[in-house]
Amino acid sequence: MSASTSLQRRARWRVAEIVFWLVAFGALFAPAGKHLLLNEIAILALFALSLDLILGYAGIISLGHAAFFGAGAYAAGIFCKMVMPDPTAGLLVAIIVAAVLGFATSFLVLRGSDLTRLMVTLAVALVLHEVANALPDWTGGADGLQGMTVGPVLGTFDFDLYGRTAYAYSLTTLFVLLLLARLVVRSPFGLSLMAIRRNPLRAAALGVPVHRRLIAAYTLGAAYAGAAGALLAQTTGYVSLDVLEFQRSADVLLTLIIGGTGWLYGGIAGAIAFKILQDVLSSTSPQFWMFWMGIFLVVLALVGRERLTTGARGLVARVMRS
Amino acid sequence: MATILFDGVAYGMLLFVLACGLAVTLGLMNFVNLAHGAFAMAGGYVTVVLMDKWGVPFVACLPIAFLAAAALGLVLERTLYVHMYGRSPLEQVLFSIGLVFIAVAVTDYFMGSSQRNIQLPAWLQGRREVLGASIGIYRSFLIVLCGALALVLQLALMKTRFGSRLRAAVDDARVARGLGIPVGFVFAATFAVGSGLAGLGGALGVELLGLDPYFPLKFMVFFLIVVTVGGTSGLMGPFVASLLLGVADVAGKYYLSSALGGFVIYVVLIVVLVLRPHGLFARAR
Amino acid sequence: MLRRELLAIAALSVLPSVASAQETVKIGLILPMTGQQASTGKQIDAAVKLYLAKNGTTVAGKKIEVILKDDTSVPDVTKRLAQELVVNDKVAVLAGFGITPSAKATAPIATQAKVPEVVMAAGTSSITEDSPFIVRTSFTLAQSSVPMAEWAAKNGIKKVITLVSDYGPGIDAEKSFTEKFKADGGTIVENLRIPMRSPDFAPVLQKVADAKPDALFVFVPSGTGAQFVKQFVERGLDKSGVKLIATGDVTDDDQLNGMGDAVVGVINAHNYSAAHDSAANKAFVDGFKKANGGLRPNFMAVGGWDGMHLIYEALKKTKGDASGDKLIAAMKGMAWESPRGPISIDPETRDIVQNIYIRKVEKKDGELYNVEFATIPNVKDPVKAAKKK
Repeated sequence: MSASTSLQRRARWRVAEIVFWLVAFGALFAPAGKHLLLNEIAILALFALSLDLILGYAGIISLGHAAFFGAGAYAAGIFCKMVMPDPTAGLLVAIIVAAVLGFATSFLVLRGSDLTRLMVTLAVALVLHEVANALPDWTGGADGLQGMTVGPVLGTFDFDLYGRTAYAYSLTTLFVLLLLARLVVRSPFGLSLMAIRRNPLRAAALGVPVHRRLIAAYTLGAAYAGAAGALLAQTTGYVSLDVLEFQRSADVLLTLIIGGTGWLYGGIAGAIAFKILQDVLSSTSPQFWMFWMGIFLVVLALVGRERLTTGARGLVARVMRS
Repeated sequence: MATILFDGVAYGMLLFVLACGLAVTLGLMNFVNLAHGAFAMAGGYVTVVLMDKWGVPFVACLPIAFLAAAALGLVLERTLYVHMYGRSPLEQVLFSIGLVFIAVAVTDYFMGSSQRNIQLPAWLQGRREVLGASIGIYRSFLIVLCGALALVLQLALMKTRFGSRLRAAVDDARVARGLGIPVGFVFAATFAVGSGLAGLGGALGVELLGLDPYFPLKFMVFFLIVVTVGGTSGLMGPFVASLLLGVADVAGKYYLSSALGGFVIYVVLIVVLVLRPHGLFARAR
Repeated sequence: MLRRELLAIAALSVLPSVASAQETVKIGLILPMTGQQASTGKQIDAAVKLYLAKNGTTVAGKKIEVILKDDTSVPDVTKRLAQELVVNDKVAVLAGFGITPSAKATAPIATQAKVPEVVMAAGTSSITEDSPFIVRTSFTLAQSSVPMAEWAAKNGIKKVITLVSDYGPGIDAEKSFTEKFKADGGTIVENLRIPMRSPDFAPVLQKVADAKPDALFVFVPSGTGAQFVKQFVERGLDKSGVKLIATGDVTDDDQLNGMGDAVVGVINAHNYSAAHDSAANKAFVDGFKKANGGLRPNFMAVGGWDGMHLIYEALKKTKGDASGDKLIAAMKGMAWESPRGPISIDPETRDIVQNIYIRKVEKKDGELYNVEFATIPNVKDPVKAAKKK
């Protein structure tokens, strides 16, 4: 198989993908009840997808990705409150703000080892958290942003108590951005990113402008994260300081690791697993869900996610064949 | 302000004892152990329980806290950590965060969620006027003890056979093994000592930093900052980094308004990392 | 026949069914059971369980069911949990809310779904203004800070530095104390704020030591008080003539015994002390201790207890009708004897009106207690009261 054929094969839509999206959109029409949770899953999935772009594809480990998530959330919130309540406009503004922030800080992650990047990204997020806390006139400080009344989506669909509109809005945004990500990742730009992740020296020797590509990838990842943040702000109608908390960055990193990096759907898979697990554990034992979550993570790490996915894929292949 | 400088140095010394174990295990085993704070917490709680229930004097609790945390570290290393050595850093992160969650939940269950305190013995309380500056007795004790520890550790690293084996294993584990150095034993012993030191730091820190089940999550950031700024190729780096950060944090909060004071360490971190991405004292590799 | 039944079921599953049509009245209790505020959640949960144990689970012919959810103090989780409780579990009342952002994030749900939101913990004054369905049984920071300022001015304290945690309730405390103290003729030397996650009070206490005011007014959230008092003493401030005055969150009953003798003599103002001398309180404290392994109830627990009492009494008044509007109408103006003293719900603001006590920390029978020595009766929330003038 030549290189171009294998690339073409990867770019094609698989049956599983199509089925997945049909089910996801189909869930919109399911009886009311779980749409709020589904909305949260969609938002976390988008956030994890944004991290995948910089971690799975560009190889930059970040412990502070919440910085862009939070920037997007506050941008959308402040925009809604002070300029216009239309959610789509707010979403676009949030994406731009997050992208600019990503671009500005991308220079900090170009150098150093993995640990350095980890710490720099963490520090940026923490600084942003302090900044948000120090500007209560804009952000509401520790009380959170008050007075957000989000307008109806596309002028017609109001955000309802059941979360159906919220889920539809988040899911559509996720779908559109995933389509875009698919295109980017299969493009020469995306392939060069993967080359950089594997071996930056070799990529540079091949003439790939490594730093410029990394900056572009980081900015794109930041933009996506900003979109996720905006979705959260708009669907909950509220923004508080914990969109910038370390816990957010840690959660999204965990989500992505659970789902698997580098295959775009890892974020979605991880989000589904993480949120459902959290929901189930939390309702069965509100005080001890952290314990079970910890056990799950340790076992998952020890057994090795690789073994799980190859095992799962082997199972699926056997089923398909028979 | 001499008092502020003094306070900063005391805080920095405490951070050093807490974080040096992490620096060495990271440098040695290339393992990002985000659960390091859990060992510190263990030492803290051992001290609290010993003092509350059995009236053990504070100073006697310190070596016990060290031993208890070291034992815990040894057991965990041999049973769990050893399986994670070759894995990708992401899986190690997953693993150590999972451990932290378990540690936090278990501690919460057995010890309750409220902050715990200890009563220092009378001879460690109070302040004294020295050369015109008012300094706390407990903080002086910290500086002396942690300084002595740092010295002992550095001597052990540089002058003993174990120390040279450790340094060899850090430099290149494969070659070290080839030379007959029992690398697995070195790893286990180092991890145990590192965790023990964390436990000791946790015990010493109850008075200054407070203790509750969320301690590992709250302070993980600070340990990571020390290790990143200080580099992982020895003890000098983390020592200087801890002092720098301790003084910067305390001075920042004193001279600037509290809104800005909190940021100072993060800004220092970013500046240091931009100028010297491998830490202040990293050797060229 | 079948189609009509299916349509009926479909219609019912989409419409929010009114709880009063059922035999069980469900209460959604959203608390921080894990995370930094976990001790608040645990105190309130224990108090709610105690109330149910003492008063039974049947009121006005309806069975009461409490559904506990952990929001880990993250407001968007609180909001989602509140929505799910209303939509899926069809709760008649939402209760709990450990921190201000959680209460505020849930306000639109309360309004939209017409479900009463009983705030048992959060303390920022503006919360009750966010929805006509919010009722509070806890306290506001202004309620304790203003009487503290008044007492200070009357007792020879002229220069004060305020020190608060940098978040909603802290800022409330700072503002209301400062206004009242200045109005009564005092001087505020400086307003200091400390970040929420600050582990070390040393630098800011050094500032206080350098400035040498008559008194230091402090507010830190419950849980951090012990650490603060220790460092206050460690810096020698207690011996340097700087009086420590505070809101009772600093000398939280939950932690008081562990603080050691350093805290004896601290004067503070608050709405509840475990040492409050009344039969109702004695029964409450004894019951609480017995059910929780000797743990002392604190002001958060009493907020939970009174929140449940409010719901029960409101249901009795509406004769079991659990619809939101009727419950809120019944709750307005309700008054009763709480373990903390006499309290009532202000019909205009739906906020709690209660006695504020000035207390001193003293040792009694080997344990530390906040002993009340002055009472300011029926304090309404000063921030909202000032707005009316």
